[in-house]
Amino acid sequence: MRVPLSWLREYVDLPATETGRDVQAKLISAGLEVETVEQLGAGLKGPLVVGQVLTIEELEGFKKPIRFCTVDVGTANGTGEPQEIVCGARNFAVGDKVVVVLPGAVLPGDFAIAARKTYGRVSHGMICSSDELGMGDDGTKGIIVLPPETEVGRDAIELLELVDEVLDIAVTANRGDCLSLRGVAREAAIAYGLPLRDPALLDVPGPNAFGYPVKVSEPIGCDRFTARTVSGLEPEARSPIWLQRRLQKVGMRPISLAVDVTNYVMMELGQPLHAYDRKLVQGPIGVRRAEPGEKLTTLDGVVRTLDAEDLVIIDERGPIGLAGVMGGANTEIADHVDVENATTDVVIEAAHFDAVSIARTARRHKLSSEASRRFERGVDPQAAAAAAQRTVDLLVLLAGGTADAGVTEVIAPSAPHTITIPADHPDKVAGVTYGRETVVRRLQQVGCDVYGQDELIVTVPSWRPDLTDPNDLAEEVIRLEGYENLPSTLPRPPAGRGLTRRQRLHRRVGRALAGAGYVEALNYPFLGEQVFDQLGLAADDPARRVVKLVNPLNDEEPALRTTLLPGLLGALRRNDGRGSHDLALFETGLVFLPGQEQRVAQVLPVDRRPTDEEIAELNAALPEQPRHAAVVLTGVREQSGWWGKGRPADWADAVEAARTVAREAGAELIVRNGQYGPWHPGRCAELAVVVDGTERVVGHAGELHPRVLKALGLPARTSAMELDLDVLERAGDDTPQAPHISSYPVATQDVALVVGRSVPHADVEAALREGAGELLESIRLFDVYENAEQLGEDSKSLAYALRFRAADRTLTVDEASAARDAAVALAGERTGAVLRG
Amino acid sequence: MSAPNKSYDPVEVEALKPEEIERMRDEALAAFAAADSLDALQEAKVAHTGGTSPLALANREIGALPPQAKAEAGKRVGMARGAVNKALAARQAELEAERDARVLVEEAVDVTLPYDRVPAGARHPLTTLSERIEDIFVAMGYEVAEGPEVEAEWFNFDALNIGPDHPARGEADTFFVQGPKGGTESGVVLRTHTSPVQARSLLARELPVYVICPGRVYRTDELDATHTPVFHQVELLAIDEGLTMADLKGTLDHMVRSLFGEGIETRLRPNFFPFTEPSAEMDMVCYVCRGESVGNPDRPCRTCSSEGWIELGGCGMVNPRVLVACGVDPEKYSGFAFGFGIERMLMFRHNVEDMRDMVEGDVRFTRPFGMEI
Repeated sequence: MRVPLSWLREYVDLPATETGRDVQAKLISAGLEVETVEQLGAGLKGPLVVGQVLTIEELEGFKKPIRFCTVDVGTANGTGEPQEIVCGARNFAVGDKVVVVLPGAVLPGDFAIAARKTYGRVSHGMICSSDELGMGDDGTKGIIVLPPETEVGRDAIELLELVDEVLDIAVTANRGDCLSLRGVAREAAIAYGLPLRDPALLDVPGPNAFGYPVKVSEPIGCDRFTARTVSGLEPEARSPIWLQRRLQKVGMRPISLAVDVTNYVMMELGQPLHAYDRKLVQGPIGVRRAEPGEKLTTLDGVVRTLDAEDLVIIDERGPIGLAGVMGGANTEIADHVDVENATTDVVIEAAHFDAVSIARTARRHKLSSEASRRFERGVDPQAAAAAAQRTVDLLVLLAGGTADAGVTEVIAPSAPHTITIPADHPDKVAGVTYGRETVVRRLQQVGCDVYGQDELIVTVPSWRPDLTDPNDLAEEVIRLEGYENLPSTLPRPPAGRGLTRRQRLHRRVGRALAGAGYVEALNYPFLGEQVFDQLGLAADDPARRVVKLVNPLNDEEPALRTTLLPGLLGALRRNDGRGSHDLALFETGLVFLPGQEQRVAQVLPVDRRPTDEEIAELNAALPEQPRHAAVVLTGVREQSGWWGKGRPADWADAVEAARTVAREAGAELIVRNGQYGPWHPGRCAELAVVVDGTERVVGHAGELHPRVLKALGLPARTSAMELDLDVLERAGDDTPQAPHISSYPVATQDVALVVGRSVPHADVEAALREGAGELLESIRLFDVYENAEQLGEDSKSLAYALRFRAADRTLTVDEASAARDAAVALAGERTGAVLRG
Repeated sequence: MSAPNKSYDPVEVEALKPEEIERMRDEALAAFAAADSLDALQEAKVAHTGGTSPLALANREIGALPPQAKAEAGKRVGMARGAVNKALAARQAELEAERDARVLVEEAVDVTLPYDRVPAGARHPLTTLSERIEDIFVAMGYEVAEGPEVEAEWFNFDALNIGPDHPARGEADTFFVQGPKGGTESGVVLRTHTSPVQARSLLARELPVYVICPGRVYRTDELDATHTPVFHQVELLAIDEGLTMADLKGTLDHMVRSLFGEGIETRLRPNFFPFTEPSAEMDMVCYVCRGESVGNPDRPCRTCSSEGWIELGGCGMVNPRVLVACGVDPEKYSGFAFGFGIERMLMFRHNVEDMRDMVEGDVRFTRPFGMEI
């Protein structure tokens, strides 16, 4: 809402010294978000005067038509002689009154005016357009032609009210009243402690039987309809300068007198009005819901197919307006230049429509108008009659019309809204002792009627439909007493339990992976289903079942992720493309796994707590949303340098990342050869854990399949890991037990075992571990050796370092050897391992 | 050792003459001094202190002396050997020190060499800033609450007093999950704020409730320098008996001081949100210029655009209607809530210039933020 300070002062006697910025500060602290204060006419300096065009000489031979004019500017030029001016515009004639800027003046934008030679003549100033004066759009796109009665030589800065300040207020959805000068003036009056001259306090004749006939068949959607008629409007009458200027300053374009007046009154009182050309309305006016499929051409020329919920204004023929949103083209007020069809008699509608109904209609037809914006946010129903009266008065005054005696008012009875609050309720909300006196005074200031002592019975004013609950009243008191005056105190929460296990694991995993050289990327969860083909997922892979969006940002990516890999690989590709080729990235985040059958989440009531069953049903309608952790790597994992050679990132890093994550979870990770879509079939580890006695696959790690890398445009040998962090958490042990630390000496035994090439190390190690028994302190694979000549094609040698130690004595060589032999024996039995000679 | 020979004349034992012992001692000392390496010293050591060295031989002769001469000769030889051993040790130490000094110099390295064998990783600053904020409140006794990102409309809107006709519920602002018929009838959306966790916390927890809810949220904005459709919020909810707006203010003050230093305070400006009443917009004093850039064109402040205040987010007293929908008695309990975007705070706290830097996962952006923020 744009509020010219000069207009605001009409209703509140603000101190003359108050600037727009001063008023801004006051209104902000009262709760109106005044975003900017526009300085109109900043830097403007005269002489800028009214002139009358005396002669026009058309200059020939230029690319565009140019006129050489003489203009009478009275004595403003010091000589009284006609002023010679070259002008490129054509929308004026000899005798027209225009605005002339004389040499020495400065126009907005630091545009200094001097006599200068142009098109072969000397131009002593300019004939001005509204643009050049910073006035906004007047609809003419040309020279301002003033009414003929305007006095020559008069100062145009004052005449056109060019210097002003305009407050631009972002009005919140609850304050429809502040979409008017009246509402903002009320706030300003309260903020300054000054009286308000309420423009809605008008003498309004009561309704009678001879007003324009109106039938409201939808009283819930339209609880008030006032109709007035004015006859005998002069077709050539135009809006006076002051009215046009005010409309321009609030951001509206002057159109025609009748329309301008309705807009003006809407801005002043907040009541949207509509003026119908009476001769175009056939029969009584009615209000009803539209019939499905009914059509209406609105004023913007669009043919609209109506919905059964739309409120419409009708005459005998059918819809003539989309109620509260936009009028119909079939009863539009004629433009003043169209003399033959000129509008001479008008029907004025000042009605009150249901906010929700208007909001739905505006949204349904994607048609937000000044009227609908106001109705959606709440319009003062009690102001309708005054607004109609004000419109009638202005039309009579400015267009020479006659107010008809008939006054129509259709009103659905309603009681004023009252709220009962303890007098200290605002105190309790704020944590400040305001006291009853202050509470009552502040509520009265906003227009409430207040009765009672300890219990206040508060009747809220008709212009504040947003005040419905006790806390709304508390807010009024607190904001007017100043949010800035609230003290700062700290509550004392009960002792908390710190982070949950799941939360701690989430953090630990992030730290551990970052500590291992991975950089976190937070990717969008949107994906297109073709990525599943690129990832090589089987047709029946559960990861292909996705949650889809109705309105994705990108039609190519309508689904939510079921795996972190697409996003993470996208980030890897982006980094690679930007010249970072050695990459290790990680992400932890939710994936979205729809249930077997899709359910609908009901909208539960809000006047009570939902039952546990209802909550469970809501949750059942949501997809499962487990947290995954994933890494991707490419390039080198260890760089080469002065210390020696580097090492490329490979499958083993990906598997190790899984182990790192599992370690943080305290979970024992089972790693075995596996095969799964995106991964290289020979370089894929299946990751599993035991949860409640049952083994569960939690993810995969390894080198990605070359076909996947090609399909996704990724560097060769890119490796990846992904696992379900939530399952891992359940497999984890939060309280690792301290081992017994023996101070007896260690006995070390190395063994090299020859096994078949396809025998996994994990199996050999497990057998060695079990066979070695409890004397074994640790075991470590320190070499893998393959040599066809020495070992044969199908064998490999695994070398292990075994460390033995007893808790209570120094082991003898024999004891250690016996344990080693037992280990080797079991490995031999289980895996066919043979001690290498 | 031979038994004492009573007929033996000590005068005739040449080696035990005082001048002879002095000579042996001096020769040894001279040899040590002359040894210019540990090897040479080793040779001199063998020659002058070894089993066949003159002093050792002389020592053996002592036993042959008559008792009256033994003591004197023993003392003389002992003193000489003591002096020799001492000199040897001193020279040994000297030469070892020289050797060590030489070797350590030879072993010197260029400590400025880089060692970026495995380049450091990093956590995303949105993650770590969010955790930093969580920790401030966890230290006060709050608990961290989480909720689903794909959320029922009832939790995301209705329970929060955002009625069915609220404009934010349209497809223009909210991502809708396809229902069985392919439309918005699912009743499921991508949560547009972390506020549904408020409702979930009130339903799931015992009163009083003090929770901090961090998380990802979604709105249908195209990605550009200042918008992203996927962003992060932190939401706070406190419901207890007798909580006031003053408590809200104090809690905000505490948070901004913890994050930006002493002397930083917040300002509340009236605003409107359906889920709080009264509602406010919260600003904090610009932590860079502390308001000194206001009206001071010579010292413009980039962080606050010379406004002196930085907008943080929305807050207010939890609307009693929200409490009713969550089964909390508004006559007995009240409380406050606030929420703000982590992206925005990261931008002004760390001078991030472009929202896209936070979503693209470029390692050059994330690495400098390390593990904590």
